[in-house]
Amino acid sequence: MSEVWVTVIVLTVATAVIKGAGPVLVGGRTLPRPAMAVIALLAPGLLAALVVVQTLGAPEGGAFELDARIAGVAAAAVAVSMRAGLLPAVALAAIVTATVRALA
Amino acid sequence: MRAVSLQGSNQEDRRERFRTGLRTGIPYAAAGLLVGISFGVLAQPVMGNVAPIVMSALMFAGAAQFAATAVLAAGGGAAAAIAAATLLNLRFGPMGVALAPSLRGGRLSRAFTGQAMIDFSWAAASRGGGRFDARFMVGATLPSYPAWVGGTAIGIFAGDLIGDPAKLGLDALFPAFFLCLLVEGELRPGMPAVVAAVGAAVALALIPFTPAGVPVIAASAAALVGLRRSGDE
Repeated sequence: MSEVWVTVIVLTVATAVIKGAGPVLVGGRTLPRPAMAVIALLAPGLLAALVVVQTLGAPEGGAFELDARIAGVAAAAVAVSMRAGLLPAVALAAIVTATVRALA
Repeated sequence: MRAVSLQGSNQEDRRERFRTGLRTGIPYAAAGLLVGISFGVLAQPVMGNVAPIVMSALMFAGAAQFAATAVLAAGGGAAAAIAAATLLNLRFGPMGVALAPSLRGGRLSRAFTGQAMIDFSWAAASRGGGRFDARFMVGATLPSYPAWVGGTAIGIFAGDLIGDPAKLGLDALFPAFFLCLLVEGELRPGMPAVVAAVGAAVALALIPFTPAGVPVIAASAAALVGLRRSGDE
């Protein structure tokens, strides 16, 4: 079997196992309050990290890659903080990124 | 009688939450379609016409698919591609644990609901206090599935027309989307804002030193400050 298909098949199984692990092992149980307090704070930390990594990181990891994405995401930040709504803000990010890239 | 009517309204409520999720998921699916197209364009020369579509249909995990493709394109081989993509997917471990207390039903149904986790729908389904609306999450994920798989197919077969997806700025769509989710939903004053700032700082510090995926997993540890504060509430 080719490298490509090995990759696809193994990753399909691995992804399903990772996504299913928490729900199967901890599902339906009431967790103690400290655990719930940690869970409640997971989303802001994770989202902030995703924004940072996907805006400033190289796609292959291990390095910064500072490019036009920064301008695009910054424009979206301004738009959403001015209550522009989600879709206009996200569309603006792509437009600004494409424009800055074309000019650079 | 009372029990029956309660159950009826409960079911209606669940359907309503599912539908609200569906509506919420449509804008993200639009972005997902475009990013799916750019995945198809990038993956076709590396993986051919069929494998990327199968990958999108079975794996359904954007960032990990890009990572695996990048490693294969660089000649890294299957083991390295699997390692890179799995590191990126590991965040679904803690996310699944977070979701788990909000899930009802047997093991199989819970495992199935877990498959519907994507960053967007998981974060949008967070209801504070550690609770998640699982029905809403499944609804919010649903539009993204055909968009992602269909986008991949479009990218593969229309790649020549599209050219370089970077020219269209599509790589800014997902980070912009996550930023909007953060600002509109999760950046409440107090601990959430502090955790977001710490998470961002941890990710920033680790980017140059760790493989892709590690900065995000490490940043999620910022939520552990909840342990110190849980007694105060």
